[in-house]
Amino acid sequence: MGDIVLQILNGLDKGSAYALIALGLTLIFGTLGVVNFAHGALFMLGAFCTVTFNKLISFQRVTLSETETTAWGSPLEIREPVMEAWFGDFGLWLIDYSVLASIVVAIPVMFIIGVVMERGLIKHFYSRPHAEQILVTFGLAIVLQEVIRTFFGANPIPQPAPDALRGMMDFGTLLGFEPGRVPYPTWRFVYFFFAAAIIGGVFAFLQFTTFGMVVRAGMADRETVGLLGIDIDKRFTFMFGLAATVAGLAGVMYTPILSPDYHLGMDFLVLSFIVVVVGGMGSLPGAVAAGFLLGILQSFASMNEVKALLPGIDQIIIYLVAVIILLTRPRGLLGRAGVMED
Amino acid sequence: MSKSNFSRRGVLKTGAAFGGALAAPTFFTSAANAFTNAPGASAVTLGFNVPQSGAYADEGADELRAYELAVKHLNGEGDGGMLNTFSSKVLDGTGILGRKVEYVTGDTQTKSDAARASARSMIEQDGAIMITGGSSSGVAVAVQGLCQEAGVIFMSGLTHSNDTTGKDKKANGFRHFFNAYMSAAALAPVLSANYGNDRNAYHLTADYTWGWTQEESIAAATESLGWNTVNKVRTPLGAGDFSQYITPILNSGADTLILNHYGRDMVNSLTQAVQFGLRDRQVNGKDFQIVVPLYSRLMAQGAGENVKGIFGSTNWHWSLQDEASQAFVRSFGQEYGFPPSQAAHTCYVQALLYADAVQRAGDFNPCAVVEALEGFEFDGMGNGPTLYRADDHQCFKDVLVVKGKDNPSNQFDLLEVVDVTPAEQVTYAPDHPMFAGGELGTCNPGA
Repeated sequence: MGDIVLQILNGLDKGSAYALIALGLTLIFGTLGVVNFAHGALFMLGAFCTVTFNKLISFQRVTLSETETTAWGSPLEIREPVMEAWFGDFGLWLIDYSVLASIVVAIPVMFIIGVVMERGLIKHFYSRPHAEQILVTFGLAIVLQEVIRTFFGANPIPQPAPDALRGMMDFGTLLGFEPGRVPYPTWRFVYFFFAAAIIGGVFAFLQFTTFGMVVRAGMADRETVGLLGIDIDKRFTFMFGLAATVAGLAGVMYTPILSPDYHLGMDFLVLSFIVVVVGGMGSLPGAVAAGFLLGILQSFASMNEVKALLPGIDQIIIYLVAVIILLTRPRGLLGRAGVMED
Repeated sequence: MSKSNFSRRGVLKTGAAFGGALAAPTFFTSAANAFTNAPGASAVTLGFNVPQSGAYADEGADELRAYELAVKHLNGEGDGGMLNTFSSKVLDGTGILGRKVEYVTGDTQTKSDAARASARSMIEQDGAIMITGGSSSGVAVAVQGLCQEAGVIFMSGLTHSNDTTGKDKKANGFRHFFNAYMSAAALAPVLSANYGNDRNAYHLTADYTWGWTQEESIAAATESLGWNTVNKVRTPLGAGDFSQYITPILNSGADTLILNHYGRDMVNSLTQAVQFGLRDRQVNGKDFQIVVPLYSRLMAQGAGENVKGIFGSTNWHWSLQDEASQAFVRSFGQEYGFPPSQAAHTCYVQALLYADAVQRAGDFNPCAVVEALEGFEFDGMGNGPTLYRADDHQCFKDVLVVKGKDNPSNQFDLLEVVDVTPAEQVTYAPDHPMFAGGELGTCNPGA
């Protein structure tokens, strides 16, 4: 039983990341009608906001030793952390909490990246076929990942969680299990609650603000909203920026779970698209529900008992579910009739 | 009706004579070049097939740096590096057999089909007479097969699967790097001394040729110590998040996790295993331990402080104090500003070994090179006395057991050598069951 609870927690954790990325994807599709294959790259860029921030605050002053040399005969470099020297304990605290602190940097950076991407490239493809949108955004994703590889290399770059959130939480005791039966990393709980807060925030923004109401109206009937004298394009550009920010924040908070590298976005891209398709193209609740559903199914399919019955099921489960959903309900779980059904 | 001056017989005769004239140069060329891509009088071209993109691009970049350094040294530039310590003294800095060494590069992308395509292009378009490099056993096996068919020598780069010189061995292929069996043979005594002989091991294994042979080798070695293998779980290559594979370990009764992962998979699975508190657990009254049988410094950098205290094995390490290793580290460090990785070391050595074999054979013909390398014993390359065994074209030499350092002094000082296992302890019979199933065959000179 403990193993099942652990796999549910794994699924919820994975599902949080899928749901956050899929939420942004479907937001863009719902507002702008664009199939954005560069969305995974935005997740990766968010993660590298943290890497960059961490590198900046971990900056070290380098002096060359006059007495010691390296194994190849050059003077030995003596490195002194600048933050600690300048700010003392606050400097150390900032380095420890660099992942959380980098959120402050990532929000404006990712929003600007999203707006520039939409105004500079995506808007030219609104009226083009989906195939062309996919080609151009996929090309953009490759360009972005290669730029990151050029600057940061191909190796993963570890980003530890803050000390206070690095340990394990004995979740099982809350459910009546014996101590130590269902331990789970604290940071993964943090990620789950963070994802829930972001998803809730986006829904509340769309549901309870005038801006959100106009956007929802625009999603339903863009032309009529335009006839009312509302500049819906500006609002949709904002929504693209918001979707980029959501993807970026998902990447920021994921860095302690998966050390970021240039390929991180591609790892999530296909899965997130499947999540959107299973949830229903353009359906925000569908994207979230499908994200968690597929995350949990993927985790259960990886259990040794399941793999013993169905070898290799862990590698195909998501695609299998996607095929079944598309065959039986082409609009997806919560999709509107007629959207991408043909 | 006009009358033609051409008779059927005349056309046939003329055609035969013309065809014969066209065919003649090719025939004579073939006779003159009894092997593929015979070099001209002034230069010889080598093909460096390394991952320049993809997950192993950093390792590939280090391999390429080593090859460029080897070319410099072969052409008499720089300080000569390990040419000064190499036991064979036939290379004199005038290239290979008096020809200047030139090179072309290919990008394997760490994909078998891409690696074969880039190797084929270097052989057919650029005239490369030898292909070398790579950071994956899947790629090594694929390119080795291609080189055998094309009639060129393949000096593999970083490939650790038993199959490369086991069931997939080829007469034209040679491996300097150690293999999974050797890692297991070297690690077992150290694991026994540190963790005892009563352990329950759980394997997480990358699901491809290298992972399978590593899992088989380590399980056999640890079981011979008396360890029990609780489970062997295969994980897809590039899984990213391994949480769903790690959580079942928590309640499995295992007290040791063996990560048969390399590169990005190893960085992620080790990081997440530590994140799930495995190293803080007590199982069966023992501290839970993690073992990473194949280590590299580049991977250790990726995993950060999670590698501290974890045992593994490596082909070579820059901190070795022998004269040859120091000469190579000095040469590489002065050129690039940081120490070489084990991938760089094996590639540098392979380039020099090929050049030396040609020089000793006095011929670029692959069959002459094969003959020169088979049974070749050498020293002064950083691994102690080494044998290129004729039976399977595998190098036999000392193996290093390393441990993640508790207090690294800099970003390169992450591993410490805890044991140097002598070559005889890691040597196995050519017909050992883990290497059975393939034939070396005969060398193919191509053309």
